[in-house]
Amino acid sequence: MSERINSAWSPSSREIERRGARKRISRRQATIAAVSSLLVLGTLISITITSPGWAVVKKTFFDIGYGREVFPTVIAGLWINLQLTFIGGFCIGVIALCLALLRTTKSPALTPFRFLATAYVDIFRGAPLILIILLVGFGVPALQLKGIPSNVIFLGTVAVVLTYSAYVAEVIRSGILSIHPSQRAAARSLGLTSGQTMRYVVLPQAIRRVVPPLLNDFVSLLKDTGLVSILGVTDAVRAAQINASRTFNYTPYVVAAIMFLLITIPMTRYTDRAIRQRSNAQSAEGAI
Amino acid sequence: MADVLAISNVRKSFGSELVLNNLSLAVPEHTATVLIGASGSGKSTLLRCINLLESIDDGQIFLDGEEISDPLINVDEVRRKLGMVFQSFNLFPHKTVLENITLAPMKVQGKNKDKAITAALALLKRFDLADKADQYPDRLSGGQQQRVAIIRSLALNPRLLLLDEITSALDPVLVNEVLSIVRDLKSDGMTMVLATHEMGFATQVADEVCFLESGNILERGSAQDVLHAPKNPKTQEFLKRVHQAGRL
Repeated sequence: MSERINSAWSPSSREIERRGARKRISRRQATIAAVSSLLVLGTLISITITSPGWAVVKKTFFDIGYGREVFPTVIAGLWINLQLTFIGGFCIGVIALCLALLRTTKSPALTPFRFLATAYVDIFRGAPLILIILLVGFGVPALQLKGIPSNVIFLGTVAVVLTYSAYVAEVIRSGILSIHPSQRAAARSLGLTSGQTMRYVVLPQAIRRVVPPLLNDFVSLLKDTGLVSILGVTDAVRAAQINASRTFNYTPYVVAAIMFLLITIPMTRYTDRAIRQRSNAQSAEGAI
Repeated sequence: MADVLAISNVRKSFGSELVLNNLSLAVPEHTATVLIGASGSGKSTLLRCINLLESIDDGQIFLDGEEISDPLINVDEVRRKLGMVFQSFNLFPHKTVLENITLAPMKVQGKNKDKAITAALALLKRFDLADKADQYPDRLSGGQQQRVAIIRSLALNPRLLLLDEITSALDPVLVNEVLSIVRDLKSDGMTMVLATHEMGFATQVADEVCFLESGNILERGSAQDVLHAPKNPKTQEFLKRVHQAGRL
């Protein structure tokens, strides 16, 4: 119930003085920032350009003509990465949620599954993704099981999903554990069963809380789909590799890197904003 | 009058700390029992044990003659008959006021949505909160939040209402709007057990006042006797300290 600002108000002479001083200070700070940026960037660029190998590097990494030529194949490969990211991301979400719920349940009937979920998370969170991709990509076809496709894209996706499910499960679980026990007490004292409490009270709050770290994992997922190239999937990385090894010009790698950055930088900016909003909201609800 | 709640020789400890020591209590229908005592005297633990949020180490608790301290009892069914309001409100921050109130009637009692909403709106109107129905809890004042929390437990038509220091987190101006609801409920004949530090309020609503110290009831009787003419020296000392803090 703050009072309306008086419309007849005009700043006092002291306030006008202060505004002038503030303006001078910020002008000086802007000058300092500009000078220091020019100095640092200028030094970096001049070191690069005057280095003895620059002429060669420029030709083999930054050949604009060749970059244009390979662009269509790299972008076609990137489409594979995006598909893997979205299809994989969906599967990861479902599996991770199940794992997180299993790990936090106290139901005695689910004890063996809780055990298995813990073991699963330990294994797939602890082993390097690239090893899992190699083991699944080459190991599963060797089993010669009927009905399981030996398509490398499929197997690569499975490997990525297996690993990321473990990461994401832990993120969701930490969200579940971060909900204050008083929320559970309130829900249970209303007669809600433990399952209903999880579904209607704990999980909605937990998921909201972990959206920023999940977005972070989503960015990593997009980058890590590039690793399935080691199975021979023609994604953006592999497409670049093929072109580079054909001509010994590495511009395709730079093209692929720029393509990834064009997608991941906006995503990380968005994630940062989500994290900031989340922490603002949390401080606003301090009374609860 | 039959006792809604009967507690006999209840014992509860957390590790080596004895919190409830051989405590007995009977709460007849339509009466309000007020628990007073210093922090750590066991008031909250007693309420949490009644609501089966904590399990007891010994003794028995009966609700309408049925032993609810039996480990084989369906705890969800028992809690449906008990309303509990907490010091820290514990509203669900991701749900609106209306959704907070209708959640349990819909999911626990299986009421259809329209009926649950109608009943919730009637309660909100009765306690002057109808305009807050679609707000989220963090937009409300502490007093409003606590009133919503009380309404949330009333929506289940509880047999017994447990109020755990419901005004301790509120500033003095907001305390009254919460206590007036409790006075209303008392005159409606709601059976209640409440822990409070508001001695003036205790005098108004209590049919029986119990003074707890170290997990036991040292003195019990009418508000007039216990609060204004205490016999036990420990009660006298506690009330003297409350008085010095300006709360009597």
